[in-house]
Amino acid sequence: MTTATLSFDARAAARAWRPPPLIESVWLRYAVYLAALLYLVVGLGSIEVNWTRAAEGIERGARFLAAFFPPDFVSQWYDIQEGILESLTMTVVSTVFGVILSVPFAFGAARNIAPLPIYLFCRSVIAISRTFQEVLIAILFVAMFGFGPLAGMITLAFATIGFLGKLLAEDIEDIDSSQAEAVRATGASWFQLLAWGIQPQVLPRFIGLTAYRFDINFRESAVLGLVGAGGIGDTLNSSLDRYEFGTSAAVLLIIIAIVLACEYASGWIRRAVQ
Amino acid sequence: MPVITKPDGTRLWMRRTTAGDLATWFGWLLGVALTVVCFQFISEQTIWAFVWDAPRQAADLLNRSVPPRWDYANELWKPMWDTINIATLGTLLAILIAAPTAFLAAHNTTPSRALVRPIALFIIVASRSVNSLIWALILVIILGPGMLAGILAIGLRSIGFIGKLLYEAIEEIDPTQVEAVRATGASGAQVLGWGIVPQIAPAFAGITVFRWDINIREATVLGLVGAGGIGLQLQASIGRLQWEQVSMILLLIFATVIVSEWVSARVRHAII
Repeated sequence: MTTATLSFDARAAARAWRPPPLIESVWLRYAVYLAALLYLVVGLGSIEVNWTRAAEGIERGARFLAAFFPPDFVSQWYDIQEGILESLTMTVVSTVFGVILSVPFAFGAARNIAPLPIYLFCRSVIAISRTFQEVLIAILFVAMFGFGPLAGMITLAFATIGFLGKLLAEDIEDIDSSQAEAVRATGASWFQLLAWGIQPQVLPRFIGLTAYRFDINFRESAVLGLVGAGGIGDTLNSSLDRYEFGTSAAVLLIIIAIVLACEYASGWIRRAVQ
Repeated sequence: MPVITKPDGTRLWMRRTTAGDLATWFGWLLGVALTVVCFQFISEQTIWAFVWDAPRQAADLLNRSVPPRWDYANELWKPMWDTINIATLGTLLAILIAAPTAFLAAHNTTPSRALVRPIALFIIVASRSVNSLIWALILVIILGPGMLAGILAIGLRSIGFIGKLLYEAIEEIDPTQVEAVRATGASGAQVLGWGIVPQIAPAFAGITVFRWDINIREATVLGLVGAGGIGLQLQASIGRLQWEQVSMILLLIFATVIVSEWVSARVRHAII
């Protein structure tokens, strides 16, 4: 083999196969690249950073990290315990109420079984519930029901309606219609159709989604305290305000532990039913 | 299937055995009891006089927030732009960290299953289990209020989300394609670029856009703890009880989220 064949051949390289680009048209491709670059420059330029403040914060950050070794579970234990109990009870009750209420909304939002006016009404309730972050809804409910875990519980139940309602409605729309048809052909009433034609098809997914939502509800219950809707977030926020980082670290570790336990349990339930 | 034979010899089909029936019944009893106990706990923390007052409060709230103060929208374009920036830049930051982490966490691409994989998985789990609002709360204490804290909070929370879904996608790739690329004598980087990346690119784009959509929602509330975006205006309006401004902000958030959801759905349909 001569050295000439090993050296770089520009003509061969130009003919070599290359993967087709994602965007076919050349000018559009470069326009997209340019727009992305422009956005990045403008976007990064819009961040105003107070570097002196950030420098001061490093010491605080170090103290915060140091507070994890070891975290202080003891001195505010009463508050922590109260917060966790509030969060857990909120999660349980809101999931139960939310699930019970989401079932009629899901049936109403499924186009194949609901008449148009009911469909539109249920879809708009679901859209509102899904659009707003739980914390925003909590602000309104706190203004209505006063401070405390009841407002948080109602918030989470409302958010559960949007989440479960949408996913369950989609599942109902995707059912095998021949089974529903067969039940209907026996002369079944509308409720009998739901109970024997549709419910058995969507039940496993329904249980899985409920377990998943329980998990999400606990995560969210941990932050609702920031706007006065009760739960462990309240404890965390006040400990951060008082610079009791040891307590904050303890609260964070407890939240992470419970979230992991919930996630593991909900994953196990979902695998078991599906 | 459990079958009971009656004294007269007819066989009766049952759905569950007696023990199964009892277990199910006790399960329901336990569930209901737990809910009642939990509700009682919440009830003890509640001032019910305020709750009975809620319909009047709601009517009052609605009265004061309708009509929204339309001209207030002029002050909201900048915060809304900030909110979108927080979500977008936070998502980009998360991609930069999550993509390599996902490759380290997937059992078929990780360099070391004993050492590197657990660390990568730990990063993903730690990021996922802390809500972005809590990340923001901590970062505001360290960095001071502002957009940077918001971007980092969104980024830190999204690493776990993108990382987890991406490493699951990497683990599900077709190994024969990787083997084919490797059989041509490709180096490690070439195998990655030609054998693995093309297989996960659609999933990656879908996951990223999906998370961006979620992040727009999350970014609307970060301002409540001082981490920039439209939440700051919301906090101020609520503090001054200017509900007609609150309703304007909520309307704008509603419109933005609907648009972002539409964009994300379009992009995901186009890709997948």
